[in-house]
Amino acid sequence: MSDLYREHILDHYQHPRNYGTLEQPDRSFEDSNPLCGDRIRIDLKLSGDRIEDIRFTGRGCAISQAAASILTEMVKGKSLEEVRALGAEDLLEELGVPISPARRKCALLSLKVLKAAAYGINEWPR
Amino acid sequence: MSTKAGTQPLDVHRIRTDFPILQRTVRDGKPLVYLDSAATSQKPASVIEALAGFYRTSNANIHRGIYELSEEASILYEEARAKVARFIGASRPDEVVFVRNTTEAINLVARTWGVANLQAGDVVVTTILEHHSNIVPWHQLAAERGIVVHFVDIDETGRLRLDQLETLLRTQPVKLVAVTHVSNALGTINPVSDIARRAHEAGALVLVDGAQSVPHLPVDVRALGADFLAFSGHKMLGPFGIGVLWARYELLASLPPFLGGGGMIRTVTTEGFTPGDIPARFEAGTPSVADAVALGAAVDYLEAIGMAAIRQHEVTLLAYALPRLEEIPGIRLYGPVGEDRAGVISFTFGDVHPHDVAAVLDLHGIAVRAGHHCTQPLMRRLGVVATTRASFYLYNWEADIDRLVEALQEARRVLDVAG
Repeated sequence: MSDLYREHILDHYQHPRNYGTLEQPDRSFEDSNPLCGDRIRIDLKLSGDRIEDIRFTGRGCAISQAAASILTEMVKGKSLEEVRALGAEDLLEELGVPISPARRKCALLSLKVLKAAAYGINEWPR
Repeated sequence: MSTKAGTQPLDVHRIRTDFPILQRTVRDGKPLVYLDSAATSQKPASVIEALAGFYRTSNANIHRGIYELSEEASILYEEARAKVARFIGASRPDEVVFVRNTTEAINLVARTWGVANLQAGDVVVTTILEHHSNIVPWHQLAAERGIVVHFVDIDETGRLRLDQLETLLRTQPVKLVAVTHVSNALGTINPVSDIARRAHEAGALVLVDGAQSVPHLPVDVRALGADFLAFSGHKMLGPFGIGVLWARYELLASLPPFLGGGGMIRTVTTEGFTPGDIPARFEAGTPSVADAVALGAAVDYLEAIGMAAIRQHEVTLLAYALPRLEEIPGIRLYGPVGEDRAGVISFTFGDVHPHDVAAVLDLHGIAVRAGHHCTQPLMRRLGVVATTRASFYLYNWEADIDRLVEALQEARRVLDVAG
């Protein structure tokens, strides 16, 4: 019905991939967007410097939760170096829907949390 | 349509033709359904023309310009002040101070009256319904001067717990009760004249946040019984950048200056300054002259329609909207139902985040607000992170409600809202 809520976004929102927590994560981080209350937690299981497993939990708008689901699929099996190289545009491109400036932080919260979990830099991805 | 005696139903068809923006379309040709007037109102052509007309024909800085244009601009500025004073029933125009907005008006009170009169341990009572603009200035004084801020809670219907106010007034050294007239998030119309009477009996002053009431209800400061009234021009058909602080003359005259600079002084020497008379004492620097003039045009427009008729129109819209919204599975409405309810409808929709609700409505050309509405303590009290809010004004009609209800039904299907 709309660009923003294309089927794959709604599918990821209603059936999030890699949803849940890990028993003994090597890295874990949680953050929220205080303006809208979106909240994401990401657990990582590492094998060397590779993301062997990833889970997320959260609540918030469809964009934030679908983006988190899509992001977990993007980075599973990737190295931390590859995660470091991920930029905002990479995730936005994968989302594939037009994200207005007002919704940008919704879309990028999961990437912010992932980067904080992976290598401790807690700032909005550019 | 039912009407109270003495008020004719609004001719919304004709009113809508006065608002140029309502003729435009949004989101690929959809007519605009504007349901965000609690955030800011749209502007009639007469206001836009007053603003442009000032710059086109009368523009000059006011006061002390010994030439025709400056005299004309000064007269227009002071005429606007007199219009606003008459509109709210002020006893004289110089009780009206022009500021930027409600927030600045409340800060003015905190920084002048508050700093001159509040000491450590003194209590300011506010309420859980307040906008951040009527909370943060008191928190700032708490941090700087050790005053104590107490919040009156609401009951389950969204109405203030006046019993708590009564207890605070009886047991605490309350110096000020700072309360909103109408809740921007729930639409609750608070019994401010009753609150003012109780506060005055306890020796406290009363500041009323009129941002959501002056645009929508007949407000008369004498009937209100308050000491301060703050409101914004842009929510009452006027332009951005102009707002009003009203205070009783003797009270205003007793206050120290706010910002220092040109316009607010009587004399300045290398040793110091003496402050000017009110209201100039509080209007340092070049004021928003054109915005004030355009606010005067907004007052003219509202008076021509009639505030009682506007209020009745919003009551009618509310009575039309509430049962229709209530029928939508998954929707939860907040705020009281009754005569003490303004044209503001906050709701949540299943587990769906209000940003998603608003984004889907936007695709239908419907403008609503989603978020915490600058009322984070209230949202926490309600146990929600945010709500979606639709708010009305004189240019809204039942067709707007119908479009809202249809779009919410579709949003329910798209976003899979649990009934």
